[in-house]
Amino acid sequence: METASQIVQYLLSGLSTGAIYALIGLGFAVIYNATGIINFAQGEFVMLGGMLTLFFLTDMNLPLVPAVMLAIFSSTAVGTAFERLAIRPLRNATPLSLVIITIGASILIRGQAMLLWGKDTHALPPFSGSDPLEIAGATILPQHLWIFAVTIVIIVASRLFFTYSIAGKAMRACAYNPRAAGLVGIDVRKMVLFSFVISSAIGSMAGIIVAPLTMTSYDVGILLGLKGFCAAIIGGMSSGLGTVIGGLLLGVLESLGAGLISASYKDAIAFVVLLVILFVRPEGVFKKTETERV
Amino acid sequence: MTREKRKFLAFALFTLAVLIAPLFFQGSYLVNVMVFVGINTMLAVALNLLLGLAGQISLGHAAFFGLGAYLSGVLTTAYAVGPWSAMALSAVAVGCLSFLIGFPILKLKGHYLAMATLGFGIIVYILLNETVDLTGGPSGLSGIPNLSIGPWAFDSDEKNYYLIWGFTLLTMLLSINLSNSRIGRALRAIHDSEIAARVMGVNARLLKVQVFAISAILSALAGSLYASTMTFIAPASFGFNVSVELVTMVIVGGLGSIYGSFLGAGILTLLPEYLRVLQDYDIVVYGLLLIVMTMFMPGGLVSGIRRVEAAARAGMRGKDRTNA
Amino acid sequence: MLRLQGVTKVFGGLTALENVSVSMEKGAITGVIGPNGAGKTTLFNIVSGIYSLTSGSIFLEEKNISGFAPETLATLGLVRTFQNVELFGKMSVLENVMVGLHTRSRSGIVSCAFRLPGQVREEKRIRELGMKWLEFVGMADSADLTAASLPFGKGRLLEIARALAVEPRIILMDEPAAGLNSRETIGLAALIKRIRLSGITVILVEHDMDLVMDVCDRVVVLNLGCMLAEGTPREIQENPSVISAYLGEG
Repeated sequence: METASQIVQYLLSGLSTGAIYALIGLGFAVIYNATGIINFAQGEFVMLGGMLTLFFLTDMNLPLVPAVMLAIFSSTAVGTAFERLAIRPLRNATPLSLVIITIGASILIRGQAMLLWGKDTHALPPFSGSDPLEIAGATILPQHLWIFAVTIVIIVASRLFFTYSIAGKAMRACAYNPRAAGLVGIDVRKMVLFSFVISSAIGSMAGIIVAPLTMTSYDVGILLGLKGFCAAIIGGMSSGLGTVIGGLLLGVLESLGAGLISASYKDAIAFVVLLVILFVRPEGVFKKTETERV
Repeated sequence: MTREKRKFLAFALFTLAVLIAPLFFQGSYLVNVMVFVGINTMLAVALNLLLGLAGQISLGHAAFFGLGAYLSGVLTTAYAVGPWSAMALSAVAVGCLSFLIGFPILKLKGHYLAMATLGFGIIVYILLNETVDLTGGPSGLSGIPNLSIGPWAFDSDEKNYYLIWGFTLLTMLLSINLSNSRIGRALRAIHDSEIAARVMGVNARLLKVQVFAISAILSALAGSLYASTMTFIAPASFGFNVSVELVTMVIVGGLGSIYGSFLGAGILTLLPEYLRVLQDYDIVVYGLLLIVMTMFMPGGLVSGIRRVEAAARAGMRGKDRTNA
Repeated sequence: MLRLQGVTKVFGGLTALENVSVSMEKGAITGVIGPNGAGKTTLFNIVSGIYSLTSGSIFLEEKNISGFAPETLATLGLVRTFQNVELFGKMSVLENVMVGLHTRSRSGIVSCAFRLPGQVREEKRIRELGMKWLEFVGMADSADLTAASLPFGKGRLLEIARALAVEPRIILMDEPAAGLNSRETIGLAALIKRIRLSGITVILVEHDMDLVMDVCDRVVVLNLGCMLAEGTPREIQENPSVISAYLGEG
């Protein structure tokens, strides 16, 4: 019975980290669908969320709620500035230049964070205590529940946004065919900016809710970002359910792999999955194969 | 023919400068720095073949550098293989590996290719850290023997300088030859329009994999040289940041320009050495360099210099005319 | 020379080409015409190996070439040009043509890197042949310019020279006259006739009817992905179903 409860434990912690990967993956997908860009700086928004919350909490002595609000707001401001300063001027650049620009931005943001807040690892206090709850023989922290709750809210909200709001529909139109979208009067540039706003906001929220569990430092963005990308790739870059399932799947795989096989190769799992999917089914696990476009 | 002669002359002058440079350096500290410039130039030139000629990005090239260094290191320390044979064996092993993963990886394009190579680099980095029995893990591997010819060992900075630069110059010469040949043209054609290149009969798929493998082998050789000159290696020298640094060198120098790679490698190696103030800022500077160069000088320093040169020449001509 | 048998191409749910069967004669100039959306460019993309076909087969002389990759087709002597001119923009004009000679040379990576004697000789030969093809289209004086700096009409000529350098048996030209002024179009017509004289089979997709009627021996008409008619230019001009397709009736 002990192994059974252990497996439940792995599943639970896997699902909660998976939820984080799903949110980060959504951030990738939103920008990719609006612009065709894979934003290598996506992980830095996650880092900014955690580090900024910590900054507002401890250095500014603000209470939790305003600190979180300000952190989301500031990360989003960084995302907006990035789009305005580096992406918009390069609208017709080659994929190679865009890759390099977003890598440059990611290094820049990370380096600034290091200069501002140092290289130390910090812990963010949990949102509501750290007394574990017991479920089916496994223990779960209140922060896990926060992660599940916030993730569900964000996913539902983005779903509603893309399906029902005018802006959301316009963004989907841009993803489908930017020229046609432009012709029917959608301001494509605004939608690109918008995608960076949404994506950096979602990314920072993911960074905030995960920080009390995993600690945070200036360089957490690299790995979290890449794993989020992996989630999005499993989901075929959909800004919907595919990426969410991809994230959960990856989280569970990682936690089972770390628990049952070897903890030291935990981080490698995501990248092996990433390579296998890119090699075998780059269009994602859930998508039907489309006819090739040249 | 004149163009070829000019190219030959340029390379001969460059070689001469490299050979006599140590005479002007006072103290061995600078020579030591120039050894690093040599290794980085070799790495940047290797990456430039892939990135600059064929237009295919790799964010995992530090992995090949690391594999070369560690294969040499482990073979010489744990299995008592001679340094030169270890170097050759590592190059062959990395060549086979890169050729095999090249086929699925280079099927990908643009952003996806970048992510896949990045993932590969991180997997190798994790392996170097975690296979502690073999590599010594994060604390590194020491006691790697120097290369030697007979009783004569490459054990001082000056000797290493000539060893490293010998290999670097050879790499540069071969790369210059390659980029001005039918293979180089085919690669540049793939860079400009892959579909048109294929219509002209260029087997883009195979050629990309071949240049990927060559680039990986040269990086592995640089790794073996690094291991035997440093005698100590640790995984931190082969992480993601190093891959990005290499891309920065190529971009700063100029995509496709071999001398540009030397310039980029030189600047990025010397900058942190000379500007002690930079210390922790160097990573920020890389980020800024990448963004600024891509936005404002996509051809790199080499094309920037050419533009300035052309402008100056045009200005002089204008002056001559007014004088006459 | 080139024979299509029941060629069909379906994109998602859309049938772009349906059961097209036609054969193009050796040494002739065949024009493929049709209203917009008739499937002409799709046809070219399939024959040149850029798209895969859904069903049917394609024969080059007696060889079944269905589903062959573009690079394989080039070695078999089939090349094409592009509607939007796909040059290697950063390379010189001469280098562009030299890429066309890729299949006519065989130095490997090692001999190129070490400049072995065979490679040096071959390089010289490629350069001379490249100049010969530039002279053929009248562009020898532009050899050292960057391809991207060429005016559009010259770019077209360069693309044709590059394709000819492959020494093809058959060349497909996708709207070679698009974007050319009338003087350039006259020059193009003469060039196409000279290409045919050197024994190369020419197939062109074209909207410029004067050009088609002037140079083509045979004309194939597509409409809505289907074969509509085939014949000499005169027969096509008088074919009532062609006329009605162009006028948008029935």
